[in-house]
Amino acid sequence: MLSIRNLKVSIKGKEILKGINLEVKAGEVHAIMGPNGTGKSTLAYVIAGREGYEVTEGEIIFKGRNILGLSAEERACEGLFLGFQYPVEIPGVSITNFLRTAINEQRKYKGLDPVPATEFLARMEEKKKLLELQEKLASRSVNEGFSGGEKKKNEIFQMAMLEPMLAILDETDSGLDIDALRIVASGVNKLRRPDNSTIVITHYQRLLEYIVPDVVHVLFDGRIVKSGGKELALLLEEKGYEWIRKES
Amino acid sequence: MPKQDVIMNVGIIQKTYDLQEYLKSVFDKMKHEITKNDTAFIAEKREKAFGLFNKAGFPHPALERWRGTDLSRALNHEYSTLPEPPPADLDIDKIFKCDVPHFETLLVTQLNGWYADRKNLIQVYPNGMIIGSLAEAFQKYPELVEAHYGKYADDKAESLTALNTAMSQDGIFIYIPDNVTVEQNIQMVNITDFKQNLFLNTRNLVILGENSHLRLVQCDDSINHDVTFINTVTEVKIGRNSSLDHYKLQNKDDHTTLINSMYFYQDEGSSLSTNAISLNGGLIRNLSHVTLSGAHSSADVYGLYLMDRHQHVDNQVYINHVAPDCESRELFKGVLDDQASGVFNGHIKVYRDAQRTNAFQTNKNILLTDKASIDTKPFLEIYADDVKCSHGATIGQLDAEALFYIRSRGISESNAKILLMYAFAAEVINKISIPELRQRMDDMVKKRLRGELSQCEQCVLNCSTQEHQKVSFVIDMSKI
Repeated sequence: MLSIRNLKVSIKGKEILKGINLEVKAGEVHAIMGPNGTGKSTLAYVIAGREGYEVTEGEIIFKGRNILGLSAEERACEGLFLGFQYPVEIPGVSITNFLRTAINEQRKYKGLDPVPATEFLARMEEKKKLLELQEKLASRSVNEGFSGGEKKKNEIFQMAMLEPMLAILDETDSGLDIDALRIVASGVNKLRRPDNSTIVITHYQRLLEYIVPDVVHVLFDGRIVKSGGKELALLLEEKGYEWIRKES
Repeated sequence: MPKQDVIMNVGIIQKTYDLQEYLKSVFDKMKHEITKNDTAFIAEKREKAFGLFNKAGFPHPALERWRGTDLSRALNHEYSTLPEPPPADLDIDKIFKCDVPHFETLLVTQLNGWYADRKNLIQVYPNGMIIGSLAEAFQKYPELVEAHYGKYADDKAESLTALNTAMSQDGIFIYIPDNVTVEQNIQMVNITDFKQNLFLNTRNLVILGENSHLRLVQCDDSINHDVTFINTVTEVKIGRNSSLDHYKLQNKDDHTTLINSMYFYQDEGSSLSTNAISLNGGLIRNLSHVTLSGAHSSADVYGLYLMDRHQHVDNQVYINHVAPDCESRELFKGVLDDQASGVFNGHIKVYRDAQRTNAFQTNKNILLTDKASIDTKPFLEIYADDVKCSHGATIGQLDAEALFYIRSRGISESNAKILLMYAFAAEVINKISIPELRQRMDDMVKKRLRGELSQCEQCVLNCSTQEHQKVSFVIDMSKI
């Protein structure tokens, strides 16, 4: 699904990612953990195609194709999704219309006709239930006046609607109370399929009690310094990141 | 008209033609024609006003109120003025037909400044409402007119208002008596159709009695595409506990200079909502002058401008809080593309006795290119001590984070930009309280942002003429 090889990334001449290697297979859930400022969000942004980052070395292979030359929208159309740590408010544009536009542009990219209105609405209803969303949420403007929890739920709702092959969830657990966390996590779990993959970026082990990863990576100072099974997350929780610092 | 060639060199306009001198000669020679419908009161006002105009001359950017707006190019044309009234057998439906779906309006049409329905110059409705030609009202209702005419417009501060008082021949007169809620929207349409360059002064007077309610939509349209300079002055009196919901819609071609000056005067407990939407126009200057003269009155003054190419828009808002316990809210937003330029000048004056005033003002701008510009000047002048006032202005580009967010969902960069501009404009569009009008303006703003709204369409609201009917949106933001 995703294969990152020796990825080095700088921002304004400062190297943030110093040679990332990562293999994510179809059906897998990977967790990337690490302290603040180690490059977790940078990695997410670079995979999703945000401008302003300088890739100095390496490649990102998604579904067998190097995507570094593709724009953010092309990567989305190829099946990538980024759940934002800080979702953006778009006043005046309803979630419904935002999603319909996104789905139709993705379909156009694939040479498909626009989604029929009835099919679209049925999919909305189904996914709203999945995430226990309030009935009126979809007619509200994208993220406008949403609480932190509503914004994160809306990210997962968008993911559910867009049905990506690979979803990267950047700190989706931050700012969530325990009930919201449970709903978000169960949404992610229900969307798991043998042919799609998820990368969960998180600070804390808490989310991983609900979304059980196949592989846990520790990102430290721009490198993945340790990878292991889900027990690695527990070890980190117990020993803290100091332990990794000393080891590396 | 003096025959002199206008010489234009690249980048330099040589002034070879003196419009002020020409207008002076017209005012002197054609006095009989200009004053033929006047009462002594009106004729005297004209003399005084022309004196003020002639002394001050045309406005220029050295004046504080005209900083950033330069009329010299617009004034350097030969114009005809004082057009003839339309023929008595004019078929109004042939000139203009409003086709906004389900938009029921009482249409009041002006052609080249004249009230268009020549057979029926003034009409009194069963509820006592009077609508018709202002020149006719001078004759028929002198007391009513003279109690308000020229009382609110400021001939001293604005020389173009003085010129209008001196030379306007006609316009629309609307009188709503006490305790009348006008169910229909009244739509004032000012059409110009003239075979030569036209310098037009047109004057409207709207009077609302006490406890009355009116929705008024003012549209400016042109049929031909000759150079036009339109100088419109509208005086509005809103009586005690009355309300006015007012819209100004502008979609003119690039050869048009539109000076639209509104003077609102509000009594106790009255409320005003006015919204100026400028989608196209060579040079537009909207002046909204609001006087809150009675306690517990309120004014909401909104504006949206979407300009490109070399277009210029200037919004001047003066709010005078004369009485205590009043509220005013201003929100002006604009997107400027290419080499378009804009001015916002918001001046709130709180008089000494206007205690417990709430006055808020916001102006937000998006500049899409390095060559687009906005000159924004929020200004508070406060003489009372118990007030809540705020002002703020922002100038920015489209938010890079928001653009990436939208693109990361698969939406193309160009559509993401349109979506963000629409989101920016929606705040003002959503203030429109007439649903059919809001829907249509919403459509037009989308079209404008997609570059599909041409300035040559006949009517400001007429965006479904044949050639444009088939326009479809890649982004469909209509509610489903």
